[in-house]
Amino acid sequence: MKPLSFSLNGVQRNITVDDTRMLLWVLRDDLGLTGTKFGCGESICGACTVLINNEAVRACTTPMSAVAGKRVVTIEGLAHDARLHPVQEAFVKHLGFQCGYCTSGMIMGAHALLLKNAKPTRAQIVEEMEPHLCRCGAHVRIVQAIESASAAIAGGAR
Amino acid sequence: MNRENDIVELPEGWGFVKTLDRRDFLKLTSSGLLVLCVIDPLLGTAGAMPAEAAQRAALDFNAFLHIGADGRVTCLVGKVEMGQGIMTALPQLAAEELDVPLSSVDIVMGDTDLCPTDSGTYGSLSVRVFGPTLRAAAAEARTVLVQMAAERLQRPVADLDVRDGVVVSKTDRAKHVSYGELTAGKRIERRLDGQAVLKQVGAFTIMGKSAPRRDALEKVTGKAKFAGDIAPSGALHARILRPPAHGATLVRADTSAAEAVPGVRVVRDGDLIAVLHAHRDEATRALALVKATWSPSPSTLNNENIFEHLQKVAPEGRPTVKGNVADGEKSAAQVVEQTYLKGYVAHAAMETHSAVAAVENGKVTVWAGTQTPFPLKTQVARALNLAPEKVRVITPYIGGGFGGKSASMQGIEAARLAMATGKPVRVVWGREEEFFFDTFDPAAVFKIRAGLDAAKKIVFWDNTVIGAGARGSAVFYDIPNHSTTVRGGWGGGNPSDMHPFGVGPWRAPGANANVFARESHIDVMAAKAGMDPVEFRMRNLTDARMRRVLQAAASKFGWSPKPAPSGRGFGVACGDDAGTYVATMAEVKVDKSTGKVQVVRVVCAQDMGIVVNPEGAAQQMEGCITMGLGYTLAEEVRFKDGVVLDKNFDTYEIPRFSAVPRIETVILDSPDLAPQGGGEPAIITTGAVVANAVFDAVGARVVQLPMTPARVKGAMKG
Repeated sequence: MKPLSFSLNGVQRNITVDDTRMLLWVLRDDLGLTGTKFGCGESICGACTVLINNEAVRACTTPMSAVAGKRVVTIEGLAHDARLHPVQEAFVKHLGFQCGYCTSGMIMGAHALLLKNAKPTRAQIVEEMEPHLCRCGAHVRIVQAIESASAAIAGGAR
Repeated sequence: MNRENDIVELPEGWGFVKTLDRRDFLKLTSSGLLVLCVIDPLLGTAGAMPAEAAQRAALDFNAFLHIGADGRVTCLVGKVEMGQGIMTALPQLAAEELDVPLSSVDIVMGDTDLCPTDSGTYGSLSVRVFGPTLRAAAAEARTVLVQMAAERLQRPVADLDVRDGVVVSKTDRAKHVSYGELTAGKRIERRLDGQAVLKQVGAFTIMGKSAPRRDALEKVTGKAKFAGDIAPSGALHARILRPPAHGATLVRADTSAAEAVPGVRVVRDGDLIAVLHAHRDEATRALALVKATWSPSPSTLNNENIFEHLQKVAPEGRPTVKGNVADGEKSAAQVVEQTYLKGYVAHAAMETHSAVAAVENGKVTVWAGTQTPFPLKTQVARALNLAPEKVRVITPYIGGGFGGKSASMQGIEAARLAMATGKPVRVVWGREEEFFFDTFDPAAVFKIRAGLDAAKKIVFWDNTVIGAGARGSAVFYDIPNHSTTVRGGWGGGNPSDMHPFGVGPWRAPGANANVFARESHIDVMAAKAGMDPVEFRMRNLTDARMRRVLQAAASKFGWSPKPAPSGRGFGVACGDDAGTYVATMAEVKVDKSTGKVQVVRVVCAQDMGIVVNPEGAAQQMEGCITMGLGYTLAEEVRFKDGVVLDKNFDTYEIPRFSAVPRIETVILDSPDLAPQGGGEPAIITTGAVVANAVFDAVGARVVQLPMTPARVKGAMKG
């Protein structure tokens, strides 16, 4: 067990934890943030995607030692003052989900993409989102949602 | 129809699945108007009460629809939401019949203490079969309320109209009373007697229009709760010792090293050995410390030899016959014979089987990701030797079902462990457990012989279906002589050694395989006849509904007739499922050097009767087509000697973004037909449409699903 500090959704957290444990389970079991999902446990499906220092990472294989001193943003940290983030808004508008289980990871992956490339082409969206799995087949609408979010952000939405 | 423009803005505070505890429920239903239904003990589904059944005292009544003094309507349904969108579509039905705003309707789903008994959410039944009952309950409520208003307002019923939950006199607009005012301070019960008159299509204002999904806000903010997210105070995660192979039995297990880990509890309850800890990852680590010895599996089956095995052991079936196949064969100018194969397919929902159980005052509550909450309640009661009323199953959001969560072993495991430890227990299967205990879509073999006469009409059809079951095997072409023998299926009746692991219902169970075989063979015959595949189908098809659907698909696709192989890579396939007719066309590109198939474009036309939520229906069609590309091109469970070799998504490849084609959906206007199924039909044609398009592209017929690059290359070599 080690004391460890990091920023979680904009709030400084100081916790004592076995730092070989994975971020996913610390978020879900210790910190009660269940929006980040378990899907495969091996960084294959993308359901557990969160942002660490604005980079998309898989929380299921990220040990807490890699989190120390970093900024972590989860799906719960995306909406501000009850206002949805443009990516979330676009997923609602385009119905970029069905069962909703992959959705947190999809939105965080899309958010990370738009942070580094505000105006991705359709091919770039497909390439970036390729590691994210969705079994319901919402892909077509997810791509539309990301294009729409990109346009909204370019238009000044935050 | 322009669906995009039909979507209304998301109202503030919209949606959010309602959860009620028993006390809230009693409070809610202590006043207001309740429409009750009777549980049909034979069907196990809620329905209108037959007249004679009303006399029987022992029947279990349960609330169905409630209207409170605040005017809010609560639907209580035993169905569950797993992404298919019925938590949005079902309130549309109720709001339509009641004439209330959609936003005033709440829905409670899949709670065995609060909702009417239901056999499960499967078979595209929710809107098609359950929908009319819900509409009848709402229509009944409207009738009662209008009668009450007539008395209150001293106006005849014929003078009254309802707008947005307010009953208004047509001749004196000043006379009005709201549903809430009518029910305030009263408790009125009405039993559904099957007499309610439903609205006609022309009067619809809510049904037939796309409604915003009620689950949207919760799902994009991470607030939506799935079973594994339920965390009662003091809950422990359980990881369960699993065999390495199907058929392996436990010889001995040494759990001492796991028990020595601080915070770990070990439960040994007969065949169930579990390691528990407050943190799932720590429970997982401790489970790895258990030293277990297993007997080897006696199974010698694998994904290569399974097809021979199935043909050997499948039960004999009784043929369904029309005319006489032998007579038909005498008039045949050409006979075509072919065997088609399909491997086992996993459900592979993104959410693994998950459940949480807690025991309080002798009553067990199980939150489970299940398509069958009521059957699970019975199973838990039996496993724990409890009276059924001592078990409650609550169904949160389900992270994908597709038939795979009709089986809910994880709910029983959680309940047993909660009972054994006296603590709330969370069971979230790992991905490897998911692939091991899945009830797979069974492997199947089809042997089809069919013949054409000189006029290029099909004169006989003889099909033996092994393993897939009957769904989708019926013949809708004009074939005077046909015989179909179904040997075994996904739903039981198989000898115990037929499959090396569990099989069960998989989205449109059996139809995917059956339609692949039939529609491939129809194309083989079209090619033999030297005819365009659409023209060939039309020549052998008088079913007006199917012709219309096929024409709609062809028109949207821009199909121009050419016999295959034309080199264009165009394919067509038709099918019917859950009362819905579907025709699909696809364009593919085949990399001749690798055999890799890329589906470029899919057009899918569907006649599903009256459509309740067009946007929701389109989502289901797109999902069907995308998911279907998996079993079509890549998905096949590999196994050997009882071991499931695919353990995660690295080797079991489900469709990713790059595999998804341009998808265009057409929903035919069909106002004279009641709503039919929407969650499954559009998936059934995927295998055949791609196989036929591949043939059109390269002239090679692939007769085995999935059409992996190696199989496509193999077919090209002949």
